[in-house]
Formats: sequence, C-alpha cells, structure tokens
Amino acid sequence: MAAAEAHSAHPQTTTGLDHRKLLMWAFLGSDCLFFGSLIATYLLYRGKGLVGPHPADVFNIPFTSVSAFVLLMSSLTMVLALAAIQRGDQRGLKIWLLATALLGSVFLGGQYFEFTVFIHEGLTLQSNLFGSTFFTLTGFHGLHVTVGVIILMSFYVMALRNRVTPEQHLNIELAGLYWHFVDIVWIVIFTVVYLVEAPNIV
Amino acid sequence: MATPGAGHEASHPSPAKYAAIAVILSVITAVEVWVVYVEALAGVLLPILAVLSITKFALVGMFYMHLKFDSRLFSAMFVGGIVLTVGIIIALMGLFQVFVD
Repeated sequence: MAAAEAHSAHPQTTTGLDHRKLLMWAFLGSDCLFFGSLIATYLLYRGKGLVGPHPADVFNIPFTSVSAFVLLMSSLTMVLALAAIQRGDQRGLKIWLLATALLGSVFLGGQYFEFTVFIHEGLTLQSNLFGSTFFTLTGFHGLHVTVGVIILMSFYVMALRNRVTPEQHLNIELAGLYWHFVDIVWIVIFTVVYLVEAPNIV
Repeated sequence: MATPGAGHEASHPSPAKYAAIAVILSVITAVEVWVVYVEALAGVLLPILAVLSITKFALVGMFYMHLKFDSRLFSAMFVGGIVLTVGIIIALMGLFQVFVD
C-alpha cells in the first residue's frame, strides 16, 4: 500500500523506470571511463620509471589487503542499510549507515597512513612516473570514497531526525549504488596496481 | 506512459544471502592474496588474478547493485561503460606499443 502511494508520487516516465536511478547508472557508466583512463595511464607507464622508489620498494601487500577487505565489508553493511529501510527498520538503517561510513573512514585512514609512509620513503606526486600515476589514480579513488562517506553521514543525520521514510528508500539505494561502485573500482585497483607487484616484493 | 517502479523486476536477496555473498567475496580476496605468494603459480598468476577479480566485480554488481534483479537497461548502461573503458585501455596500450616486443 505504502509502496503504491510512493509510486503514484513519481511522475510517469516513458521507460517505466525512475529517472534518478537511470541517471545514476549513466553517471556510473561514465565514471568507468574516468577510472579506466587513469588505470590505462598507470599501466602504460608501469615499469618505465628510471628512478625510484619503485612499487616493490614501498608496497605493503598485507596492509593493503586489510584495507581492501574493509571496503568490501562496507558494501555488505551498505546493502544491509538498504534492506533495513525497505522493511521499515529505522534502527537497522541507522546502524548499518553508520557502520558503512565508519568502514569507509577506516579505509580512508589506511590510505592516509599509506600515503604518509610512501612520502616518507621518497615517493611523491613529482618524484617519478610511478608516483605521478599511482597518487593520481588512488587519490581520485580516495576522493570518491570521501564523497561517499559525506553522503552516508548526511543520510545518517537525516535518519536520526526520522527524515528517511521507507517510501524514500530509493535515495538510500542511489547512495548504495555509488558506494558499491567505489568498492568495485577498488577491486580492480587492488589487483592491477598492488597484487601484480607482490611477486617482486622480497 | 508507465509508472516508474525504480526498475525492480524481482525481489532483492535476503540479508542472509547478502552475508553469504560477503563470505564468498572474503574467501576470494584471501585466495587472491595467497596466490601471489605461491611461486609455483607465478607463470599463470595474471590469468588467475583476472578471473578472481572479475568474479568479485560481477558478484558485487549482480547482487549488491541488484543488476541481476533490476531492469536490463541499467545493466546495458553500466556494461556499455565497462566495454568502452576496456576498449580505450586496449587502444591506448596499442598506441603506446605495449603489445610489441
């Protein structure tokens, strides 16, 4: 009944699909191209640097693996937040939204720590080709995660004020789509940038 | 014109199924990290990592982003972006003669 009321509140569309969700998918499809260009640039210049530090000198695979696991688990908490609001569970929504934002913050903290260690070891944006392409790629991903955490905390504050109703679950779903996209981009970066270098690390 | 239903064609998975997928994703991640340290697999490391990474990507896309249950138009828009991205990466690598020994 509530869902039917919510649907009737939407303007009719030619596709039968909500245009906000369609727009989000169009954005995510275009964001693939953005990250694709950064990944391509990293791959093109991989191993071309004449001066160090090189990836094998600075990467800490176990540490980054934990970060990857944390971001992966944040996708679970995000989808649980959506499931909670869809069944009208306000308490569950608040818990899982906060958990997702916290896990995202832990990931960002790990990235800040990693960047700090790298800079301490002489790898900066200007030091060599690896530094330029690595910091640009992972930095833009971190920026996406930061935007995601801000969106999640905004919804958490709204939920605390009981301003997220089950009829508005699409808003949470759209935030979730963005968050999961950030997660799958990291799945690619983790493999292409980090794991392929692991055999070179003694 | 049709009334939008956000694009749902079937009900979403249960929280228990979401958790089960998270376990699978965790196991795949652990395998990914393990295989890079196995010297015997060094020759086939890249294909193994590619398969594991694509599997994780697909699981998140299908179940957490609900592409398996939503309108195929959403899948087309996203997969279209991915296909274009892969094409651009291959074209750039070709331009820079990465495939030339």
